[in-house]
Amino acid sequence: MSEETNDATQEISLDAAGARPLFQLSTMGKVGVGIVVFWIVVALIGPFFAPYHPADFVSDESYGPMSAENFLGTDYIGRDILSRVLHGARLTMSLSFLATILAFVVGIGLGFTAALSGPRIDMIISRIYDAFLSIPTIMLGLVVIAALGSSIPVLIVTAGLIYSCGLYRIARALALDIKVMDFVEAARARGEKLPWIIRREILPNAVVPLVAEFGLRLVFSILFISGLSFLGLGVQPPTADWGVMVRENLGGLYGGSPAALVPAAAIASLTVGINLIVDDFSAQRGQEIAEEMI
Amino acid sequence: MENLLQVEHLRVEAKVGPKRFAAIVKDVSFSVARGEVLALIGESGSGKTTIALSALGYSRPGCRIAGGRVILEGADVLTLDRETLRKLRGRRISYLAQSAAATFNPSLTIGEQVTESTVLHGVMDQETANARAVDLYRQLDLPDPESLGRRYPHQVSGGQLQRLMAAMALCSGPDLMVLDEPTTALDVTTQIEVLRAFKDIIRDQGTAAIYVTHDLAVVAQIADRILVLRGGDIVEMGDTAQILNNPAHQYTRKLMAAIRPPPAVGGDGGAVAGEEHLEPPVIRVKDVTAGYGRITNGKPAATVLYDIDTEVDRRSVVGVIGESGCGKSTLARVIAGLLPPAEGELLLDDHDLEGRLEDRSLEELQRVQIVFQMADVALNPRQRIGDILGRPLELYHGLKGAKRDKRVAELLAMVELPESFSIRYPEELSGGQKQRINLARALAADPDVILADEVTSALDTIVGAAVIDLLKGLRERLGVSYMFISHDLSTVASFADRIVVLYAGRIVEDGTTGNILGLPSHPYTQLLLSSVPELRQGWLEDVMRSRSALAGIAREVESTDTGCPFYPRCPVAIDGVCETTPVPYREPVAGHRIACHREIDELVAFEREL
Repeated sequence: MSEETNDATQEISLDAAGARPLFQLSTMGKVGVGIVVFWIVVALIGPFFAPYHPADFVSDESYGPMSAENFLGTDYIGRDILSRVLHGARLTMSLSFLATILAFVVGIGLGFTAALSGPRIDMIISRIYDAFLSIPTIMLGLVVIAALGSSIPVLIVTAGLIYSCGLYRIARALALDIKVMDFVEAARARGEKLPWIIRREILPNAVVPLVAEFGLRLVFSILFISGLSFLGLGVQPPTADWGVMVRENLGGLYGGSPAALVPAAAIASLTVGINLIVDDFSAQRGQEIAEEMI
Repeated sequence: MENLLQVEHLRVEAKVGPKRFAAIVKDVSFSVARGEVLALIGESGSGKTTIALSALGYSRPGCRIAGGRVILEGADVLTLDRETLRKLRGRRISYLAQSAAATFNPSLTIGEQVTESTVLHGVMDQETANARAVDLYRQLDLPDPESLGRRYPHQVSGGQLQRLMAAMALCSGPDLMVLDEPTTALDVTTQIEVLRAFKDIIRDQGTAAIYVTHDLAVVAQIADRILVLRGGDIVEMGDTAQILNNPAHQYTRKLMAAIRPPPAVGGDGGAVAGEEHLEPPVIRVKDVTAGYGRITNGKPAATVLYDIDTEVDRRSVVGVIGESGCGKSTLARVIAGLLPPAEGELLLDDHDLEGRLEDRSLEELQRVQIVFQMADVALNPRQRIGDILGRPLELYHGLKGAKRDKRVAELLAMVELPESFSIRYPEELSGGQKQRINLARALAADPDVILADEVTSALDTIVGAAVIDLLKGLRERLGVSYMFISHDLSTVASFADRIVVLYAGRIVEDGTTGNILGLPSHPYTQLLLSSVPELRQGWLEDVMRSRSALAGIAREVESTDTGCPFYPRCPVAIDGVCETTPVPYREPVAGHRIACHREIDELVAFEREL
């Protein structure tokens, strides 16, 4: 051990993590990041590279084969699948991203408020959410959209509110744990107000589990929104959306056309990619927590 | 004697970076014979636990055993495969951790847990193991040995649980037992009972033991030989008598010097008359009753403090002592506003101080600061030291930018830490350094009173002594008052002007430090005083002998609404009076109160006997 010095030995404390980077990617994690970055790039600039307009009928053939003109073939009414997938990426991803952000803001805001502002408020919010949670998500989505009609804002708000349930539970539990720590007591004794305590004492200590949660919720809302679109209640044709595309081209599967599989593969790869990152992240955090506990 | 365990040239390394290791234990060799107790002592970070764990062939995550041999009766433990090692740990070596409360699973019965490992490793069948457990309970002086196994961990006291952990470790009849600070978290009164039980059972079972602790006075009672460690190296090794009476190394002498001698008992400390009040006290607590849960008729569902009446003078130190659960911390929380009292009032400089935090002005909040016991959890791990110290400056004094940074540097200097610490996070600091930051945060407010709750209890002797010196210095320089809460009487006695003794939520005695240490005093104060371990061999036996006069050390504490709460443990209790009649306050001299039914003369006579 040539690097070893006496000073180094004095400084070491087993509990101190030192200046360790928050998170180092494993191979699978890197694959996940690669996939997600690829789709983000596609969502940002993909439409500029699309060979055709997504609504144009470029071929007379339905379920046209892959060819030089139509790289991934055409769909049931002869539109270019590649162009539609590229355009759909933007819509599918931004919808679910916005819905997840909404779920976060509402769920965490209410969760922290419930945990920190006394038993009565906690009970009221918690019981409302319990009632909300008792309805299966897809059914709730169906009912809301059937009642209000399908538009993009309605979709975002519905998905956001549905997924805020889980976040509310997690945020509330985290805040309840952190709230009893002495540093929060110390802040209270100092005379800090609730918003400051939430922002400076609670939130920084809840960030890590919430980041992992963000990835998972994002996957859920991608699947939820695509699912609604597949059922015909989400994004409405002719707008290009991956869920819509799967539904439209389902019939082609009998004839051996891959038209429905391309958007399905897109959804699958994006969700798998996000999951790989989340897994990697939580596995490492779990390891650290296990080490701290021993 | 034949050596049971032989450790040769042990070297343990900790990971300090990618592919970088530094030695935390360097070339340590020692041996333990059958039936011998070897103590490993040193400050935190000296590698004592790491060495003790290596006897089980175990190293903590992030560490690796890099060299040496650990030979248990001819076989090198370090070369064994996992399965053999597992069997070895279950049958022949057992480990006893610091916190019994964390070791026991609250949802399984005590009996299941005590016998689990023994049965699992096939040492004996369940019935034999149960019988052996009952036997061990009896040897450990536990109540109701026959039925104890069917109870759950929360149904017994902390000291009993600690002893049960010894039963768990001994159930399989191991050859070697590793005890890691088993009495550090206990009150002095409980520590005695646990120490005595450990000592007896180790002797009766003929088990060898490695006893890890930082407390030399404890070691003096139980160890045959002592190994003094520092920074992963052996400083000195020898027989207990030699180390205590004739330490060869300077560092050993330093360790011994850091132990405060137990307060001198006896004498006529009561001669000091009550001092005159030139200024009003900074804090007055008037007839405060407080607790948790819904309040009905001025009494909370779980009352912790009853009719507390005390005060803190300007520039003075009031020590509050008592066993855990007596309400010391609750008193600090009430004064800090974290727990509004159910009844009674608080005064700050003769002005009413509201019970609820929300009703106090910023200035009132600034003048009363609380320092929490556990620096580990009192500092937000996600804030830099500069922000932790800077926040009170901003909030109370409106300091910003460069002015704030300058003051932060001054505060760090005040607690003897370098300015560069302001960019560090709490986890990069040692326990003692964190406690200094914890204190500096209270000082940042520029307070009149600091409520210090067990601020030295989690620190080892040398670091704790340094923190106390720091507090003393700050009091001289800044003129702050302290309410110093501790279960460690010797620390309080070395520091406080007045002492308040709490028992089961009531003040049983208060007065100047001289009053409290001198005669007469409350029987409970006597019990506390005589429980502080002395740095000499044989103290435990002596004190146990005189204890036989003090009936029952560890009876359950009961909070009674009538009569004296100490009655069930009191050696001079008067049957038919003490448990039913409200206790009068005796006042031997002005300013010294003793809550007891006995006359002062009777108390003096009784205490002289001891």
